[in-house]
Amino acid sequence: MVNFEIPNFVPALPEIFVLTMACVILIFDLFIKDNDRIVTFVLAIGTLVGAMMLTISLSETGRVLTFNDMFVSDPMGNVLKVFIYLVTAVVFIYSRQYLKQRGLFKGEYFVLGLFGVLGMMVMVSAHSMLTLYMGLELLSLSLYAMVAFQRDSLSATEAAMKYFVLGALASGMLLYGMSMLYGVAGTLDIAGISAVVAQSPNNIILLLGLAFVVVGLAFKLGAVPFHMWVPDVYQGAPTPVTMYIGAAPKIAAFAMVMRLLVEGLGDLHGHWQTMLVVLAILSIVIGNVVAIAQTNLKRMLAYSTISHVGFILLGILAGTENGYSASMFYVVVYALTSMGAFGMIIVLSRAGFEADNIDDFKGLNERSPWLAAMMMILMFSMAGVPPTVGFYAKLSVLQSIVQVDLVWLAVTAVVFSVVGAFYYLRIIKTMYFDKPEDTAKIEAGMDMRIVISLNSLGMLALGIFPAALMQWCIVVM
Amino acid sequence: MISLSHFLVLGAILFCIGVAGIFLNRKNVIVLLMAIELMLLAVNMNFVAFSYFLSDLSGQVFVFFILTVAAAEAAIGLAILVVWFRNRRTINVEQLDTLKG
Repeated sequence: MVNFEIPNFVPALPEIFVLTMACVILIFDLFIKDNDRIVTFVLAIGTLVGAMMLTISLSETGRVLTFNDMFVSDPMGNVLKVFIYLVTAVVFIYSRQYLKQRGLFKGEYFVLGLFGVLGMMVMVSAHSMLTLYMGLELLSLSLYAMVAFQRDSLSATEAAMKYFVLGALASGMLLYGMSMLYGVAGTLDIAGISAVVAQSPNNIILLLGLAFVVVGLAFKLGAVPFHMWVPDVYQGAPTPVTMYIGAAPKIAAFAMVMRLLVEGLGDLHGHWQTMLVVLAILSIVIGNVVAIAQTNLKRMLAYSTISHVGFILLGILAGTENGYSASMFYVVVYALTSMGAFGMIIVLSRAGFEADNIDDFKGLNERSPWLAAMMMILMFSMAGVPPTVGFYAKLSVLQSIVQVDLVWLAVTAVVFSVVGAFYYLRIIKTMYFDKPEDTAKIEAGMDMRIVISLNSLGMLALGIFPAALMQWCIVVM
Repeated sequence: MISLSHFLVLGAILFCIGVAGIFLNRKNVIVLLMAIELMLLAVNMNFVAFSYFLSDLSGQVFVFFILTVAAAEAAIGLAILVVWFRNRRTINVEQLDTLKG
């Protein structure tokens, strides 16, 4: 007897909207002239704004499952999605001028970006390993194509190749782990897995599956020792794509870890905590130490990402609600800050010139005191200097691991973030105390200057009033 | 009678060959793509075997999705390979070395 029920589409409306719009834009873009490409850009931003309004209007309903429990719409997912839209929209705004100057201002960038956003939304709302995997692949495939977007650039295509191979390897690991979990649980449903795990937490196949899943997640997050792709991809990809990869997908990856490890395998906390401790410590140590040796700013920011990923893992491994909300706060703040840092590279670049070496920031204060001040705020926020928001992000994560008696871990993390502060401060020193080598006028338009100013001042404002965002992260856990 | 563990051992062996193919291969990027495909097929073997022995269909459904995604992934991988070949004029893995630090 076949029982066909029409699923409840309402909780998935934002996803459906983004999918429809991405397809519409893809077709529409074929019919417009190169000079009118700005329409595609406006439509892409409009899509994100529309999706944001839909998500906010659905946020009153609480936790709803639909599509045979494969899809969940819950407060945590809604908040994360809103930040994904916000971050992506700002990335698009930053990208416009850069892409235009290099003849890359094409519809594909925005369409792939939107499909990536759709993938992230599905990941955030996944309630089954199948949906989680589909979302992840939709995101990854869009990202591979975006990295290779600048077809005539050797470094971009090489980065795409490396990213593709290691990303596929990570997906393979994750899938192998998932197949083991399925074998033990007999279901793909996250809640179903959680119920089985609660009954037999020491099943050896389950632990094998867990190990593979953690390796897969660590690859996707870029945690040491699975970080090899991060620096190459960040350096090789065109800067707007680097910005895209560095910001929103981190939020989605956090959601993926929460769904799989915390919701699905929460009862194995004792086991995955040890694995995450190793990953977090290695990431913080190696990320911060190797970043010091870099001369390319994009590569340096890649190593800084690795160390920030370590901090995000710290909050999760605490295994308390405090820890999860601290991690969520951290990941959102990190996405916003890193966007600004890459945005500054774009602001200082011009046709035929990439400002991606640290030397390109020499004497920025003499060329533009305002931009130098903005960059200083962003660097302080990354290093975790009060009163910027990076300080509160680090503080709340550290607090949550001290609460579970992992004091030695907190101490190590603090020591190495002090080491890390060195390379952020070096940029500030370069900007304020060195003579400018590059004296060309900064060509960035007014819109870019306004966005980067809002971005940096936002980090400062959030640092002075962190309560609202913090409260949000606590309520949804 | 072929038991579940036979399938799992076969899956594990295929998966290991795939991973080894990615790390040991020093010649040809196309071999990398084949190794990736092999890993995904090993996972499919696991899913189908579990699905059969658990009498649960969802594992087989998952396999269809993995097969589809693997096809899309191979398409993108080959496209990237073509673009890279145009810039570098080689498909030797050891030539993937301009980004360092």
